[in-house]
Amino acid sequence: MTKAHNPDSTAGLGKYLVSGPPFLFLLLMFAAPAVITVIASFSYPGEFGGLAPLITSDPNTLHGVTLETYQFFFSDFIYIEIFIKSILMASCTTLICLSLAYPLALLIARSPSRRRDILVLLVILPFASNFLIRIYAWMIVLGPQSALSLLINGMLKLFGLAPVHLLFSSFAVLIALVYVHLPFMVLPLYTNLEKHDPNLLDAAQDLGANAWQRFWRVTFPLSLPGVFAGTALVFIPALGMFAIPEILGGTGDMLIGNLIKEQYLVTRDWPFGATLSIMLTIAVLLIAWLTAKLGARRGSYV
Amino acid sequence: MAQLEIRNVTRRFGDFVAVDNVSLNIEAGEFFTLLGPSGCGKTTLLRMIAGFDVPDSGQILLDGKDLADTPPEKRPIHTVFQSYALFPHLTVARNITFSLKMARCAHSEISARLQQSLDQMRLAGQADKYPNELSGGQKQRVALARALINRPRLLLLDESLAALDAKLREEVQVELINLQRDVGITFVFVTHAQTEALALSHRIAVMNLGRLEQVDEPSKLYGFPRNRFVADFIGHINQLDARVLESAHSHLHLSVAGAGDIIAPPLISAAPGQNGTFSIRPEQVRIGVHNELVELKNHFSGMVQSVLYQGDVSVYRVKFADGVTIEALLPNSAPGRAQLFEVGDMVKVGWRHDAGIFFDD
Repeated sequence: MTKAHNPDSTAGLGKYLVSGPPFLFLLLMFAAPAVITVIASFSYPGEFGGLAPLITSDPNTLHGVTLETYQFFFSDFIYIEIFIKSILMASCTTLICLSLAYPLALLIARSPSRRRDILVLLVILPFASNFLIRIYAWMIVLGPQSALSLLINGMLKLFGLAPVHLLFSSFAVLIALVYVHLPFMVLPLYTNLEKHDPNLLDAAQDLGANAWQRFWRVTFPLSLPGVFAGTALVFIPALGMFAIPEILGGTGDMLIGNLIKEQYLVTRDWPFGATLSIMLTIAVLLIAWLTAKLGARRGSYV
Repeated sequence: MAQLEIRNVTRRFGDFVAVDNVSLNIEAGEFFTLLGPSGCGKTTLLRMIAGFDVPDSGQILLDGKDLADTPPEKRPIHTVFQSYALFPHLTVARNITFSLKMARCAHSEISARLQQSLDQMRLAGQADKYPNELSGGQKQRVALARALINRPRLLLLDESLAALDAKLREEVQVELINLQRDVGITFVFVTHAQTEALALSHRIAVMNLGRLEQVDEPSKLYGFPRNRFVADFIGHINQLDARVLESAHSHLHLSVAGAGDIIAPPLISAAPGQNGTFSIRPEQVRIGVHNELVELKNHFSGMVQSVLYQGDVSVYRVKFADGVTIEALLPNSAPGRAQLFEVGDMVKVGWRHDAGIFFDD
């Protein structure tokens, strides 16, 4: 008698073989650091950076768990202020990206299919160059001797207004944030809009909808999943961005990302850095959850 | 005055003439069908009536008014699209009331008309569903309800039954006929399916290569096709090469290649010596055992080459001694029909002298 072949057992094995490596990778590189960060946030800082031990034989050294860093976070309004400022900055970035990306994505989606590929390529072309180089390029574009600065200040002078500094300002930070994140808004929007059935617009027009109504009653509601995806892809990284404020921002333009980096690398207060990271993660998760909830309600027909 | 007048409409795409100088009158309350193979220009013509395309020359008039400057959203004409094009993000109720919203109707009127429409279309209880939760037949009824709710002057149906399976299609055909009669709105239906066109329409326009071949009632189109294309496109027909021997007032005397001499209905324009095609419907061809059909003027001997049993009817292909084959369609339920023929049987085939048509084109 031959042994019956059980397809389930091999399928089960294959499933583990395929999902095993990424699972292990995420466990090591994502879950473990997250746990360490949570533990760190409840620890005392070590004497020379790092963390104080949780358990020690010497009762005189600082050790054990504490809520000190959380109390510290909520005791001084400045940290919450930086959070609010960061969220505002990320929100502005998202809104500007959305209003710039939507017409662009619509234009690409409605182009003849041959031209579409070229236009999409142009959108992702900036990725071919290093991120930091592109940010430093903005230093030149916005610098006091740049054509842009000279033009703007020349115009201001004409109207008798004081000249402005474009570089090292919130304005510079916002411009660069929008610049860097724009493709992340264009691509999901384009992917969504490109799938729309052109017959729906004909049907809407046939039933009496003018161009404006066709957009707001058909195109836009159908594109909401793309809008939510793009919003998440722009808002979340923009919220944690520290390189752009550091390079292009002024002294007052510190965002939450910079604050965290400073705790780890400059102040060497790891527990507080960990606390700030966790607060950021909570903020992002909260916003992602809200977005998903909105998206799920709107997207139920898809 | 016809409700819809199409006057010398031509539409070109580059060198390709999609619609070639078409003139057509469609009367109020008519169920009118544009029938033709794909690429014949029927959809282009429909899109021009809806306003999605514009004629290069010619006019389209609705109730005597030229539509040239009226965009689709302003025309009192609605379309049921082939794919239905229901808005996936709107419920059935919102889909149906879309045109009323666009026309800024009062809320109370919208809900009253919606209720009426849902009842009429047997969609009660489906109002809050989304299109992807509906069956094919329900989607079709929503598309119809949506297009009819603000009582257009004209309803255009673009291959609207093509997406349904055969069984459902028959049901929907009956519904469509009843609906058209109830609402009294002029329907212009586009299809490539000739059985559908025959079943539904008051009148049919057969189109080919951008031109109208024939505009007529279904029975006339089937019984008296004007040319070979119409004869071939509507239903099945035997086509035999023939030459005119004698053209009389009462009949034609033809020589059919590979069969022999026959008597056919007269054609005034036919002249002796002229070549053409003798066409005869399979159901007009009779088939029997030897010597059974000798009273018919046209009769030949042949051998059954194949039998296509279709339940209610059987299609026999009979090969004549001289090599020509002809199809005969026989009901399987005819009284007294004890004997069915089998492949290889020697049979007599014949038809009446007034059956069939000679085309000299």
